[in-house]
Amino acid sequence: MSALTQLTIAEARDRLRRRQIGAVELTEAHLRAMESARALNAFVTETPELALTRARAADHLLGRGEGGPLAGIPLGIKDLFCTEGVRTTAGSKILGNFVPPYESTVSAKLREAGAVMLGKTSLDEFAMGSSNMTAASGPVISPWRRRSNANVALVPGGSSGGSAAAVAARLAMGATGTDTGGSIRQPAAFCGIVGLKPTYGRCSRWGIVAFASSLDQAGPMTRTVQDAALLLTAMAGFDAKDSTSADLPVPDFAAALTGDIRGLKIGIPKEYRADGLSDEIARLWDDGKAMLQAAGAQPVEISLPHTSYALPTYYIVAPAECSSNLARYDGVRYGLRVEGKTLDQLYAKTRALGFGTEVRRRILIGTYVLSAGYYDAYYTKAQKVRALIAEDFRRAFETVDVILTPTAPTPAFALDEGEIDPLTMWLNDVFTVPASLAGLPGISLPTGLSADSLPLGLQLLGRPFDEETLLRVAGVLEKSADFKALPSGVEI
Amino acid sequence: MSLDLDTVTKLAHLARLDLAAEEREHLVGELSKIMTFIEQLREVDTEGVAPMTSVAHMALPRRPDLVSDGNCRDKVLANAPDAQDGFYLVPKVVE
Repeated sequence: MSALTQLTIAEARDRLRRRQIGAVELTEAHLRAMESARALNAFVTETPELALTRARAADHLLGRGEGGPLAGIPLGIKDLFCTEGVRTTAGSKILGNFVPPYESTVSAKLREAGAVMLGKTSLDEFAMGSSNMTAASGPVISPWRRRSNANVALVPGGSSGGSAAAVAARLAMGATGTDTGGSIRQPAAFCGIVGLKPTYGRCSRWGIVAFASSLDQAGPMTRTVQDAALLLTAMAGFDAKDSTSADLPVPDFAAALTGDIRGLKIGIPKEYRADGLSDEIARLWDDGKAMLQAAGAQPVEISLPHTSYALPTYYIVAPAECSSNLARYDGVRYGLRVEGKTLDQLYAKTRALGFGTEVRRRILIGTYVLSAGYYDAYYTKAQKVRALIAEDFRRAFETVDVILTPTAPTPAFALDEGEIDPLTMWLNDVFTVPASLAGLPGISLPTGLSADSLPLGLQLLGRPFDEETLLRVAGVLEKSADFKALPSGVEI
Repeated sequence: MSLDLDTVTKLAHLARLDLAAEEREHLVGELSKIMTFIEQLREVDTEGVAPMTSVAHMALPRRPDLVSDGNCRDKVLANAPDAQDGFYLVPKVVE
């Protein structure tokens, strides 16, 4: 394990600028780490040549005292972001040979900031899942192991599981993720890293393979809160090509990390302490509350009365949008094609073979809730409950500045847990889905270990477009929690 | 709510998914269970609540109606499983 792969983005950036290290040297160290950790299956596609070309360009600019804010920083890009000339699969067989002729806005912004793409990280198929087990390229293995049995392979969470595993295992300094119902925050919690889902509209969705367009949002996955702020500053911004992109100035998010949260009100939603919350998670949450209180913030109990309806609402809205978005995979314009005698047969055979079980299931649910006779009873009803959930948060933020909750109800589970019922799997997102429905920013950071030495995360939620307060509080919580545990195989 | 096999077959047709009989039968139970879970929403009083169609509280941005992109036929066709003379190829649809 090379010392170079242990650096944070902020540290590497400073050393690169001072020319104490070179971008090529830094990229090579990460490419070697990727090579030796292929057993994790974190990357769908590795792009070492492209990475070295970009690293050389970064060295050239840095040598002249130039280069963007992320010049020479090696990153993983979730394989849901279209990358020009580099295969983009969305974790699906149906896009297995798709090579985009264009670059997503977010990955283009990172490239312009000088970042070096190491490769495309794995994900649950079309970002639908919480385990990364549904990826067409096979499951990703978490670098973490249970203390009680180090032989059991664990899931990294999902859908951004490849990004989370790569960042935790020191294969990349940071990575992009996307979050529709928890797909950045839950894997970040499972892998002991920081994952930030910005406000809906903060980052452009253009060029990201669409799952549920009213929920999808890109964000950074890193090892520190400061690094998340640095990446977000580069990823965010208005884009005329995404009509829901917010036309707001992008602050220097890292400057928000003042360390001072005195007087801030921290909402503790009582509904999140639902029946069945484990003692371990309840204790983690209490500890987090105490840390923020010790730093001068004031915890306030709040109520978000419609919390328990968030999951059923999500599982109408997201599949409905998924069934519409995924209608485009027809075997004609791109991707897989299975021949049929008629055009209809070609569509139906292509889609049945190209989509995996979970994606097919969600397409069918979406088709059902949008079909004639059921639309109002399910889809319109869900949109109304969604409005109530958003209103719960709006009211809460009249009195509090941020909300503190657990990120996930359990630590990472085993890859071989047997067949998991879809409803049980969906419960992973019980704490992350409500904020997604309301479009609010959320961040997960590691604050403790489970009894079996697995990382556990706490989630902070903020007001729309107030990622700065969110990051400020997260920075303080990170410092107080002082999470130092490392996954197996990673030594300093 | 329980779905029957006919409904699942109809949904598979609407979604253009050519599913084997075995999978459709399995889905009858699975989708019924999911729909029962979803139906908790009936308990919620939504009288007078406007459906939320977007989380972005903003007017749809407008721009001048000008051509801003185009002339990239070959790029568009580059990923087609079957294309010829600048067109996508599909099975014959007109007798």
